[in-house]
Amino acid sequence: MAKKKYWQSFGELNNSEAYEKSISNEFKEELPFETADKKGLSTSPASRRDFLKYLGFSTAAAIAAASCETKVRKAIPYVNKPQDMVPGVADYYATTYVSGGEAIPVVAKVRDGRPIKLEGNTLSSFSKGGSSARMQASVLDLYDTARLRHPIAKNTATNYEAIDREIISALNGLGNGQLVLLTSTITSPSTKQVIAEFLAKYPNGKHVTFDAVSYGGMLLANEATFGKRAIPSYNFDNAQTIVSLGADFLCTWLSPVEFQHGYSKNRKVTEKKLDMSKHYQFESMMSTTGAAADERFTHRPSEAGIIAAALLTAVNGQEPTGISGKLKEGVKKAAKDLVANRGKALVVSGSNNTQVQILVNAINEAIGAYGSTINWNAPILMHQGVDSEMVALVQDMEAGRVGALLVYGANPVYEYYDAERFKKGLNSVKLSVSFNDRKDETTQLCKYVLPAPHFLESWGDAEPKAGYVSLIQPTINPLFESRPFEQSLLKWTGNTTRWDVYLKNYWIAKLGSQATFDKALQDGVIETTPAADAGAAFNAAPVAQAISAANAMKKNSEYEVIVYQKVGVGDGKQANNPWLLELPDPITRVSWDNYAVISPVLAKKMFEIDLSDRRSADKYEVEVEKPVIKVKVRGKEVELPIIIIPGTHENTIAIAVGYGRDKNVGRAVHAADGGSLGKNAYPLLSFNGSTFEWNGQAEIAKTDLTYKIAQGQTHNSYEGRHGVIREVTHEEYKKEPAIIRNERKAELKNYGGIEKFEKDGTIYPVYDRPGIKWGMSIDLNSCFGCGACVVACHIENNVPIVGKHEVMRYHDMHWLRIDRYFSGNPNDAESIQTVFQPMLCQHCDNAPCENVCPVAATHHSSEGLNMMAYNRCIGTRYCANNCPYKVRRFNWADYTGADSFANNQQPLVDEGKLDDVVLMMNDDLTRMVLNPDVTVRSRGVMEKCSFCVQRAQAGKLEAKKQNRPLQDSDFQTACQQACSADAIVFGNANNSQSAISKTRQENDNRIYFALEDIHTLPNVNYLAKVRNTAEISNHGVLTGSEEHVAASEHGAEHKG
Amino acid sequence: MIDHRANVKRTLLSALFFLLLSFGNKISAQDGKAIFQDNCASCHNVFKDGTGPALGGLTTRGPWTDRKKLYDWVHNPAGFMKTDPYTQGLKQKFSGNMMSPFPTMSEKEIDAVVDYVEKTFKAGPPTAGGGAQPGAGGAQVIDEKDNSIMYGVLTLILAVVALVMLQVNSNLRKLADDKDGIPSHEPIPFYRNKSYITLLTLILFVVGGYYIVKGAIGLGRSTNYQPEQPIYYSHKVHAGANQINCLYCHGGAMEGKHANIPSVNVCMNCHMTINEYTGSAGKLFREDGTEINGTAEIQKIYAAAGWDPSKRQYTGKGKEIEWTKIHNLPDHVFFSHAQHVNAGKVQCQTCHGEIQKMDEVKQFADLSMGWCINCHRTTKVNFGDKSGEEGNKFYSIYQKYHDEIKAGVRDSVTVNDIGGLECQKCHY
Repeated sequence: MAKKKYWQSFGELNNSEAYEKSISNEFKEELPFETADKKGLSTSPASRRDFLKYLGFSTAAAIAAASCETKVRKAIPYVNKPQDMVPGVADYYATTYVSGGEAIPVVAKVRDGRPIKLEGNTLSSFSKGGSSARMQASVLDLYDTARLRHPIAKNTATNYEAIDREIISALNGLGNGQLVLLTSTITSPSTKQVIAEFLAKYPNGKHVTFDAVSYGGMLLANEATFGKRAIPSYNFDNAQTIVSLGADFLCTWLSPVEFQHGYSKNRKVTEKKLDMSKHYQFESMMSTTGAAADERFTHRPSEAGIIAAALLTAVNGQEPTGISGKLKEGVKKAAKDLVANRGKALVVSGSNNTQVQILVNAINEAIGAYGSTINWNAPILMHQGVDSEMVALVQDMEAGRVGALLVYGANPVYEYYDAERFKKGLNSVKLSVSFNDRKDETTQLCKYVLPAPHFLESWGDAEPKAGYVSLIQPTINPLFESRPFEQSLLKWTGNTTRWDVYLKNYWIAKLGSQATFDKALQDGVIETTPAADAGAAFNAAPVAQAISAANAMKKNSEYEVIVYQKVGVGDGKQANNPWLLELPDPITRVSWDNYAVISPVLAKKMFEIDLSDRRSADKYEVEVEKPVIKVKVRGKEVELPIIIIPGTHENTIAIAVGYGRDKNVGRAVHAADGGSLGKNAYPLLSFNGSTFEWNGQAEIAKTDLTYKIAQGQTHNSYEGRHGVIREVTHEEYKKEPAIIRNERKAELKNYGGIEKFEKDGTIYPVYDRPGIKWGMSIDLNSCFGCGACVVACHIENNVPIVGKHEVMRYHDMHWLRIDRYFSGNPNDAESIQTVFQPMLCQHCDNAPCENVCPVAATHHSSEGLNMMAYNRCIGTRYCANNCPYKVRRFNWADYTGADSFANNQQPLVDEGKLDDVVLMMNDDLTRMVLNPDVTVRSRGVMEKCSFCVQRAQAGKLEAKKQNRPLQDSDFQTACQQACSADAIVFGNANNSQSAISKTRQENDNRIYFALEDIHTLPNVNYLAKVRNTAEISNHGVLTGSEEHVAASEHGAEHKG
Repeated sequence: MIDHRANVKRTLLSALFFLLLSFGNKISAQDGKAIFQDNCASCHNVFKDGTGPALGGLTTRGPWTDRKKLYDWVHNPAGFMKTDPYTQGLKQKFSGNMMSPFPTMSEKEIDAVVDYVEKTFKAGPPTAGGGAQPGAGGAQVIDEKDNSIMYGVLTLILAVVALVMLQVNSNLRKLADDKDGIPSHEPIPFYRNKSYITLLTLILFVVGGYYIVKGAIGLGRSTNYQPEQPIYYSHKVHAGANQINCLYCHGGAMEGKHANIPSVNVCMNCHMTINEYTGSAGKLFREDGTEINGTAEIQKIYAAAGWDPSKRQYTGKGKEIEWTKIHNLPDHVFFSHAQHVNAGKVQCQTCHGEIQKMDEVKQFADLSMGWCINCHRTTKVNFGDKSGEEGNKFYSIYQKYHDEIKAGVRDSVTVNDIGGLECQKCHY
């Protein structure tokens, strides 16, 4: 295996001085003591007398405080306790996460009447227990301080009786005016029935579906080629060759939770199963899916059509036209693989252009994908909006044809590309009603606002994929005066049935009996075996026209913009969720903002940032102030800071949606400067006559402004140590499966070899682990960086949110971070290869942190845990300094409000040193989400991953209560449970039958430990990444500059 | 002055030695009694019938003259009863209640319980208290106190003797010096003698320091905390005189971290019919001596439950009872009742004292970390023993300890051995 240089930052790549300086001290600033410096004690601002004064005062104060009366605490039991509820014991209810059209079956953990954690529902064969960052974080939206507390009529609080009276009379007085129900995609069959009944009651009623992120192009293409306005299901688990044309199917495209599970199945390799799938990605920006790809090619956003056409030509055995160079080679290579794997191949495209999608359908038809990797028997129902309907609605509104607009789940004032026209149209609508949980951009402009309940407070159902229904049941009494959207429609239809009764009757009629309904409610899912795929006849007629349309799409402007979704915030429906905002983007590692992603080539050209020049790279990278670029698309301008990401096409600027929200959306979107975080990118979309285009021609200009960005990639450094990442090509692995093992063997040869390394590599004694020894295995082949584990960890362990200002100061608190490593030449987008590595406390058996704690606050347990006793910690931070993995986190401020004095962080917020979001997280309402089994840490305390010890203890207790040995099913760590791709395996390594032992046995050859040679003996092992490419090595040296080649090699020698 | 040094040292050392002795004294538990209290006492009494029959004199009754039959019975009551008319009769007598099986209790342990029961039975019933068996906790506390007083007095006497000896010694030396013609100094009165002053200072420092530290540690602890509750609920009446199992009301102790104060509907299960206090445990008094009308207290439950006793129906106007919480642990401690009561089979009394004798509950233990740790050090885990008795199967994974038990290297495994003193057992 050739040596490959991995780098997280350009400074690391160049070994720059500022970088070296920045990593030499993990904690940048000194504690704010006024020290004597060199001037002698007498001149010190804090004198001996002061010291004695403080000492005396604090002793006296402590005594005075201690002599106060102990607080009397009350214990108030129920008057009539529900039979199955035991205070202190969590109950689990199956329900469904719904956001827009997206739906994921979940199981809610309810402690003492409060839902505090969501997990994927393993009974669902749709999601298979998977979860996403947004689903994990959605439990916090329930306790959002910005939620509306009562119905509002014309900006004043009112009650439902009055509002019903007024609206019914308005509806009856519509006359010729249209009644339009504007919603995001609704997958609920019962809600659809309610809507149908409602619209039947009022003449001129219609239902318009508007999805912020629309798949209208796919719907229309399928209508053209198959006669079905639907989206089929994609089976990535059947695919051996996958070609993605800009589709981020692992994180944001269509149904990522489902796809992650299927895709990862063919990415896991063992000695017994040497085969793995091959993934080609053609895209304009570095997406998370592109990062996972084996071969990646970049192109202009407007070339998406040409590439699809070229691929179709190549698949049909002809020479592709319209492209050249690497791109052409790539297309030919991909086409060859697709044809070779006929029936086991799949092509997907992220484009929302109908013509491009028709071409993709033609390719899939040509490679026999339909019936194997694509099926029509269970269409995906989560995205049903067709963009032209929305455009027509806006025209109707402007023309005054709409008398009443009822908005539910959609937010056109923010999400529609031409919001001004929508706003203007809304002015001429007599009756505007919004069903929403907060005063977002559209709701503010509506006359009537009916607070919608959170899904955890609601009854309902969802059908994300035909035949896979998931029920929604309430897990808490409504916190505020909210009323389900369906209840309002029923009322206005004149139906007096309560919504929950209506829903129950609906399903009992379908399922047959109360008993089957109860069972379905308990399981959460109702699944009917899908009929065999009847297939659909492919109509090739539109293809020829699509080819010519696609070839004409290429734009001539120098620069192009592409608008995309970030993994965390997505389309922006959960934009006020601090967990999602603080989650670093997997590629850019930026939290809290959006920005313009540009390539290193463009950075050099426009901002004179030469990344091969150390000083220039440092100036860009070490400073939090980033230069601001002005991007103009069809007359609409945004000014955003730049983030330079290698792998981005050099003429492309990528901007994420979901930011730049109105301040009424909630406290988390407030920026320190008084504005809101980021800029809205939806206006950059355009309408091509049938669908919205997510890319366009752009004019760019440099500005003199700078903007502060909280980027975490340089925060934790291994100081040039090797052996954090190990990677081989599939070729190498097939030829020599033990390649990684042999490499380790050679490294440890002089220290007892792999077997005796624990004993011979140290002078410390080897300790017994008589019962349990916890172990974790992380498969780098199955980690796609989606961040669900990071958010799950936050929720489970009460990890605080610190806010943008603190992240900028390197004070982020993530117990689990996903490190992103690039390798390759930054100036050559195709050469960039990416590795994601979840990094958490490695629970070293010979832990460097434990030896240096002066108060023995961190210890090793007989089960192999590296324990942290918060109440013993005095905050010296020696442990963090001595941790080679940089996974310990220090509470620099009282983020959780754990200190005794209320509002003690307010002055910091007033001074601008702390973000208001920290206080938002300490609101009595928000704090209801805290896990009562985990201590809330206070200021000055070190913390880190505990392997979810609270779950381990609960799992062990359960086994003891049942008088049986511990099983894998007794508990999972939060990160393990959240992972849709099963990248994380955890369990008792002493039990040879446990999943962790089996994983380690099966993957004996791929196992490695991060920084193994320093003899920390981690209990977390990684499985080396196998990349399905012929070649992997590239030295990470910037081409064209011999000097830097030398410098880099010198650096390597120095460290080696 | 120099001459005194050796003596002073010796005196100090011996004083310290005695001081140490008086603190380091602990009493080991008696096995049979402990097993009885842990496993049997919730249903059985030595002298009178409870949920199950009185155990006193059992070796002379029915099939129990054959010890082997007793083992079989304890291990599997249901199986034994099928063939045995005596126990069938017992089941009828105790309104169909069956004894729960103790399959893990070894023959040795059963022998120890029987020995304890017979010994206690011969000694005769206790004179004081509400008829409950003498508890382990109370007796221990008294023993400990007796010893400390004894050692304290001893230390004092020895200190006085040492002082007198020192004085005598110096007088004798002075006489001897006079005799030898060595001129002696002016006699220094003892209160100006520097060695005495040093000694006194040191003693004051040690004793004062000890009490200051002890006082500081005691801050925030509330042993003997006994607040007045909104309803005068007497555990003596319920758990003592009426022998109600603790878990009947505090069922959460088997399932989760909280034992839970029962909700009012649990009270009503019995109090729907029991509407007056007939004096089963004698007259009721508060700590300050005021007499309590038990029947009036029952009316308070009705008010809370929203129960109209005259019409015998619920009015639907219930109100929660705000009990004052007595046992409080700091937030950074995780304590689970299920772990101790269900998995560990610890008796309630071990931590809560003789609750069945308390009218108003008071905090028995100091709930300090030292108190927890000491128990974890000595408490044995249900690992089974050499004779092949099987313990909790959860511990089957500790092969090393099982091998050692089989080989006779160790006779038991304590909580400490399986990591019971590690920080993250309780702090996370």
